[in-house]
Amino acid sequence: MNEAQKNTTEVASSSKMLTTMVGIGVICALLIVLSFQGTLPRIEKLKAEALEKAIFNVIPGMVTKKTFRLEGNHFKEVTGKVKDAQLVHAGYDKDGKLVGVAVEASGMGFADVLRILYGYDPIKQAVVGFYVLESKETPGLGDKIEKDPAFLANFEALDAALSEDKNTLKNTVVTVKHGTKKNAWEVDGITGATISSRAIGNIMGSSTTQMVPLLYKNKDFFEEKPNQ
Amino acid sequence: MNIETKNRANDGFWANLASSPSTDEFLKGLWRENPVFVQVLGMCPTLAVTNTAQNGLAMGLATTFVLLMSNILISSLRNVIPKQVRIASYLLIIATFVTMVDYLIQAISVELYKALGAFISLIVVNCVILGRAEAFASKNSVWKSSLDGLGMGSGFILGLLCLGSVRELLGNGSFFGIPVFADSFQEWVIMILPPGGFFTLALWLLIFNARKQRKLAS
Repeated sequence: MNEAQKNTTEVASSSKMLTTMVGIGVICALLIVLSFQGTLPRIEKLKAEALEKAIFNVIPGMVTKKTFRLEGNHFKEVTGKVKDAQLVHAGYDKDGKLVGVAVEASGMGFADVLRILYGYDPIKQAVVGFYVLESKETPGLGDKIEKDPAFLANFEALDAALSEDKNTLKNTVVTVKHGTKKNAWEVDGITGATISSRAIGNIMGSSTTQMVPLLYKNKDFFEEKPNQ
Repeated sequence: MNIETKNRANDGFWANLASSPSTDEFLKGLWRENPVFVQVLGMCPTLAVTNTAQNGLAMGLATTFVLLMSNILISSLRNVIPKQVRIASYLLIIATFVTMVDYLIQAISVELYKALGAFISLIVVNCVILGRAEAFASKNSVWKSSLDGLGMGSGFILGLLCLGSVRELLGNGSFFGIPVFADSFQEWVIMILPPGGFFTLALWLLIFNARKQRKLAS
């Protein structure tokens, strides 16, 4: 009779099983809490750095930034960490003049939720920058939305002009089939990343429809802020 | 003492090292019982995250850490854990170390975490780890179990690197992110997609098995 067989024939008491499991559970919980607490400051720092880098990426020419949260129809300045709120980041050049506003938006992609950041310039009334914050799109195909230079060129001057009454967009941003882009508000899609590039168009479309009129109305508010 | 005796002494040292039980325990996982090429275990991460050499290496290192730590803890608790609840206990221990690795990778680099994403938490169900816990760590001393964990982990890294470098080279034209070919090189995009993983694995298994057959025949 070998070791394993001998052991299976002995039945351990329930209390012993329970104490062992609870004991291991306590050790494991302790280890997890320790590593969570130990890595938390660094993880938050890295995430904030990544967002910061992305913001400077989507607003050309900005030097300083301020973060605001959307409350109803108005924006309120925030500092430090804020969770679960629509945030916008206003960027200023070295003279404190507003050069653009970075907006976070998200929506369903091909594989999972896509989180993007785009820069809106209220003077040009156009989207001037784009960055993918979070994506699990297929490597080699769907992830072209992050890397394809031709696709990213769409967002260097994507028209987001407002209609006469300044309450709605003149044209909604939309993705069109690759090679058929005719108007400044259209996004030229990617062959082989149809769903992903269309998803970006949709996210941009719904976010700009909601945010751009609000941003435009509040542009003087953003402008005043740094002088106070 | 002339050079010849010195050489012989050296030979003796290497021969001793190679045949010592500790080295053998380590080499077993790295080569003779390689988890990827010989045992063909843990295929999910092997196929899924080896689209670049860097991802393969990072996944291999994460798995090795979990393998080593869980082997040590399970082996030191082997006389305490009742047989009836051993699998539950092993999973609890393995899941703990996976969670720790998850936090560690997030703390190392956002980019790396983006690339490995969901696959980190799937280390819990990597059968290499539960397999070593059940087959080895629960029956052997802490020292032997840690050697076994390190060996198997190194073998897993080797396997993932072999797949990752071939796939990145052909599918992306680079090695560890450094472009290797001229711009005129047309990437084989299929190599970094899931089918490429199967092709590359088949190729490596072919090479390994052909080598083994030839060795057996001679």
